[in-house]
Amino acid sequence: MDQPLISLSNIDAGYNGKTALKGVNFEIFKGDFIGVIGPNGGGKTTLLRVILELIKPSKGKIKRYIEKSDIGYLPQVNQFDDKFPITVSDVVLSGMTKGINLKRKRNASAEKRVEETLNRVGVDALKNRPIGELSGGELQRTMLARAIISVPELLVLDEPNTYVDNRFEQELYRILKELNETMAILLVSHDVGTISPYIKTIACINKSLHYHPSNEISIDQLKVYNCPIEMVTHGTVPHRVIGEHKSD
Amino acid sequence: MEIFQLLEYDFFRNAFLAAFLMSITCGIIGTYIVARRMVFISGGITHASFGGVGISYFFGWPPMAGAAVFALIAAITTENLTRKKVIRNDSLIAVMWSLGMAIGIIFIYLTPGYAPNLMSFLFGSIITVTTTDLILMLALTLVVMLFFILFYRIILFVSFDEQFAKTRGIPVMLVNYTLIILVALTIVLSIRVAGIILVLSLLTIPQNAANLFTSNFSRIIIWSVILGFIGAFSGLLVSYYLNIPSGATIIFSLVTIYVLGRAIKAISSQRRILSK
Repeated sequence: MDQPLISLSNIDAGYNGKTALKGVNFEIFKGDFIGVIGPNGGGKTTLLRVILELIKPSKGKIKRYIEKSDIGYLPQVNQFDDKFPITVSDVVLSGMTKGINLKRKRNASAEKRVEETLNRVGVDALKNRPIGELSGGELQRTMLARAIISVPELLVLDEPNTYVDNRFEQELYRILKELNETMAILLVSHDVGTISPYIKTIACINKSLHYHPSNEISIDQLKVYNCPIEMVTHGTVPHRVIGEHKSD
Repeated sequence: MEIFQLLEYDFFRNAFLAAFLMSITCGIIGTYIVARRMVFISGGITHASFGGVGISYFFGWPPMAGAAVFALIAAITTENLTRKKVIRNDSLIAVMWSLGMAIGIIFIYLTPGYAPNLMSFLFGSIITVTTTDLILMLALTLVVMLFFILFYRIILFVSFDEQFAKTRGIPVMLVNYTLIILVALTIVLSIRVAGIILVLSLLTIPQNAANLFTSNFSRIIIWSVILGFIGAFSGLLVSYYLNIPSGATIIFSLVTIYVLGRAIKAISSQRRILSK
């Protein structure tokens, strides 16, 4: 197999002495589109923060084969103040920073990049708006633009489907599918029951991590009584059933 | 008397220059405080500095130096302990707030004789600003301006989303500590203008008035400086002609500007609705 973009081995991590993650082994490869699901407080955000090097794990090793600035990040909406006096274009521009840069003037090429990226996520008309005036979907698009303007190798998204309507969620997955052609994606979702068909593999987190490689999703192997969630659907609704965690 | 004639008096010229310099500094630092919702923290730093004033009275040191030391200790402690989550942020601020005042009162009480400028520390007295004060204000104004001009975007990005800024390799802690130190120094020098009890208004009212008309960080700074100066200067004139303490008249002018702003906004949005 290829070299991973990032690899975690035997990671323990947490806050204020509490362990949120225990013995996590995890690798992300080029082309991956991984959905991270799990209960609230199960360590989903902690995993992202370890990958982003926002917290140091108490045990284990992280190996990063890409630059730190090659990771794009879309945080949860409650991480920042959505009434902060900042314009859409300034938010997106912040995704291009790399350390302290004394260049104050925006140059024409940066300006153009901002416009192209806003165009890509469909909010180019809102360029000069303060973020306090945006709808939930428009704000998420702006944050997505900030995460991808640096053309990262790995895009990390923390619950991008919170506070947005269903129509935007579909649109978001369409954009992500397109982005997945050039970057690996790791997406945390609070919604355990439904997940986009574009997501290739799934990682379940509840303190420990169970990774479900894509080949596991085979309808033939489906054993309905093993499924932890009972679902009733008609017709050809796309669905997948993932295997049980053997250590549970 | 003509305003220009007033400027021939040393005390008035100094007051005018202090109003000018502090409008710039408070306009910039206040925008940072308001945008980052640090008004309560700033209140804590302000009142903690009174402890330094009291100790300075007791030992016969310059009161402003004591105030600066206490403000800096309070600022750095808040920044440090909040980050470590040792204690809840607002409780910590309340403790510093009242402890500073308590230390101040104890030491002033222990100082033999009468504390001459106590009222001017509590309520400000811009007309007693000395040349030394002005030099310090000028130095601070230059430092704050330079820092914000050079690092404008960095400051903006860190203030908006600290965690994201970290992932972009910005030295967030360094930026935060530098800014909280500038906040503390701005508060201490502004005490000369509006006093411990009123100083917060210099850092918040112009910003909120500006914020009625723009949500752009840099425009809020520019308008806060302009409105702050109009408020300080008109308050100074009212204080002179009516013989009322200047700290109070400056705050009153600033509030008047804010209320006028609200009225203008209400009228203009009503017009827009009518014209539709």
